[in-house]
Amino acid sequence: MIRPESEAELSAAIRGATGPLRIIGGGTRSIGRAQGEVLSTTGLTGITLYEPGALTIVAGAGTPLAELEAALAAENQRLPFEPPLTGALTGATGQSTIGGVVAANASGPRRIQAGACRDSLIGVRFVDGRGDVIKNGGRVMKNVTGYDLVKLLAGSYGSLGVISEVAFKVLPGVEATATVVVQGLDEQRAVEAMSTALGSPYEVSGAVHDPARQMTLLRLEGFAESVAYRSGKLQQTLAQFGDVSVEDSVDWTAIRDASLFAGGRGDLWRISVKPSDGAALGTLLGEAPRLYDWGGGLIWAEVPSGFDLRSVMGGFKGHATLVRGQGCGPVFHPEPAPVAALSKGVRAQFDPRGILNAGIMD
Amino acid sequence: MEMPVPNGAVIARKQQLVARLQAVLPRDAVIHEPLETRVYECDALTAYKCAPLAAVLPSTTAEVSAVLKICHEMGVPVVPRGAGTSLAGGALPTADCVILGVAKMNDVLETNYADRYIRVQTGRTNLSVTGAVEEEDFFYAPDPSSQLACAIAGNIGMNSGGAHCLKYGVTTNNLLGVTMVLMDGTVIELGGAHLDAGGLDLLGVVCGSEGQLGVVTEATLRILRKPEGARPVLIGFDSNEVAGACVSDIIKAGVLPVAIEFMDRPCIEATEAFAKAGYPMCEALLIVEVEGSDAEIDMQLGVISDIARRHNPVELRESTSAEESAAIWLGRKSAFGAMGQINDYMCLDGTIPVSSLPYVLRRISELSKDYGLGVGNVFHAGDGNMHPLILFDANKPGDLELCEQMGADILKLCVEVGGCLTGEHGVGVEKRDLMQTQFDAVDLEAQLRVKDVFDPQWLLNPSKVFPLSVTQGRRSLAA
Repeated sequence: MIRPESEAELSAAIRGATGPLRIIGGGTRSIGRAQGEVLSTTGLTGITLYEPGALTIVAGAGTPLAELEAALAAENQRLPFEPPLTGALTGATGQSTIGGVVAANASGPRRIQAGACRDSLIGVRFVDGRGDVIKNGGRVMKNVTGYDLVKLLAGSYGSLGVISEVAFKVLPGVEATATVVVQGLDEQRAVEAMSTALGSPYEVSGAVHDPARQMTLLRLEGFAESVAYRSGKLQQTLAQFGDVSVEDSVDWTAIRDASLFAGGRGDLWRISVKPSDGAALGTLLGEAPRLYDWGGGLIWAEVPSGFDLRSVMGGFKGHATLVRGQGCGPVFHPEPAPVAALSKGVRAQFDPRGILNAGIMD
Repeated sequence: MEMPVPNGAVIARKQQLVARLQAVLPRDAVIHEPLETRVYECDALTAYKCAPLAAVLPSTTAEVSAVLKICHEMGVPVVPRGAGTSLAGGALPTADCVILGVAKMNDVLETNYADRYIRVQTGRTNLSVTGAVEEEDFFYAPDPSSQLACAIAGNIGMNSGGAHCLKYGVTTNNLLGVTMVLMDGTVIELGGAHLDAGGLDLLGVVCGSEGQLGVVTEATLRILRKPEGARPVLIGFDSNEVAGACVSDIIKAGVLPVAIEFMDRPCIEATEAFAKAGYPMCEALLIVEVEGSDAEIDMQLGVISDIARRHNPVELRESTSAEESAAIWLGRKSAFGAMGQINDYMCLDGTIPVSSLPYVLRRISELSKDYGLGVGNVFHAGDGNMHPLILFDANKPGDLELCEQMGADILKLCVEVGGCLTGEHGVGVEKRDLMQTQFDAVDLEAQLRVKDVFDPQWLLNPSKVFPLSVTQGRRSLAA
């Protein structure tokens, strides 16, 4: 295993590599089938800049997510996109790193309100497949200087470069959280209820439906008075859907982490479609355990091993990614030929030798 | 400012080019008479002009594809144009180029309130996107100050922002998908009504690529439900430092205002003389706006005012009605016009870390003295995006050059303190030659390589964004 402790060492390691490298942070978001000598980013640690008054934080890619979140919490701030800890889904025991979060563009329930990881990410430093150190973006939240490689690196799973440092726009923490709960809805009605809530002015920061328990959950966050006001209003708005209550003890961490699927044995897929397609697609999956997040636009589904999920997706626009299991077909969703050609071209430019997590996103 | 020598061989084939374009477009969609092409000789960076070889105004994605295919085959550079409101010269033509304007493509293709998106042709103006959904109390969040005129195509090209990005983000955070035509005529779709990319986030790099990777003809945009209400508070201070500290304290207190606007004394004075908004005469003025129900607004304004009082403001005015809100915003909204009354001005767009605000303002006022040119500062303080307005006299020989030099010094200062050259206007030709102050050769090369993939012959808007010396080898591929 190679474990550089500086960007310069990282650069030298890649420059000198003679074969494929498998890039790993905490190993909790392991996905796909890349092979090669392990290159760990866990030596690139430390928060290098944190200015609470400017809502910005910069850290080495190997910094544990927990360390970053603790530093933010001490100033009553947080990462807006609520990164999930999904290691338990694949039986991983390591500690999630912030670089891994970025490489996977990992975003939780608040993604529908505050955007994905890529939306909060304002700067990156990375080392490409040649060993060149490249910076893009910076530490300010409004920046259109040159091409936005920051977005391109988010969710590239180490296939364009090894991220060495990341910068985020953060947000204030909240005083109170409440969950408006609707009971007894089928999937179709649940998505309608979530759409109604998300189309209201009450700033819903999480919209989830658990079909097994027939529970639809809508989260509100902010100052206590404001949350009380909005949860009352939202309760009224959703009364047309049935039995509505307000609860303050819903476990949003378990929802965020899709804990429902930990320890399962089937293939686990993460499917992104437009919310109104979500229920229709979900019901085609029959008895398969599933969970709707993002107002119905994100479906976690556990299907029997080897099940051809993408053929069921058929005409629905969107994409499905295999998170666990043998699956059927590629791990990442196949792209139309001209788009696939562009992606391939971009990868060849950043990693001409094809040594960084080769084939991971194929 | 230097532009590349036009390709004589391309100009010599004008007749043939026009004939081929006329074969795939309606007659009135191909503009080639020298008198008529002059309409397209510049955008809102009016200091620079050059009539294009021809301009085309296609109505469909298929027509855009046909045009690009022809230009690709004939090796003709193409400069995409939205509404021509770029302050950075993003749509400035070269004499050997075809201007591809999307102004005729302004239809709403689909509105979906349940899934909260709208799909439009990209010639549609920013404000008319909101116009299409406001009956249902929805809106499109990015709000550049040119929103009445600017097109979504240009917003995507420049990744435009606005006054409300502190809460809602900029174009890239509200763009879900595009239909785009590559230089060889291939039509692709990136993203859609669903969230996030299934593979590499190509949409993320297309947004803000200043028309250099493809021509975006259709866009799927996130629409949001309007808040119940919004009201500002106006706070005056007797020093920039204190105003800066107050901004920082507001942010730290957990309030997330939808906008924090900042004006300095020269700007306040100009504005008062022009719009008579009743602003206090002081060194620095903040306008902080929050959203929600009446009670929520009162509560947030209360928190903000408490913080402000700890900084001994010379004025503190909480709006309690729509009339009072309008009065508070009146001066800010007339600031650019007010400065324009005094003289010609150049509007800069650098971003700085909020913590450097007092230092940067002090340095700008020193530069103003050194150059003998007045500067007013009005900007989005919450996100550090500054808009220094440098006053000059366009009729006085040498004044424009002096102003540009001073502007460059201010932008270098922004980079020096950890910020960037442009926060929302884009690089265009205006800041092209400053790119090396922010990026080293390797950083730039990585960006150029992306263009190599999308546009291997470097025909799309080739003389923008990057210093000409850096792109020379690539641009000569097409020649």
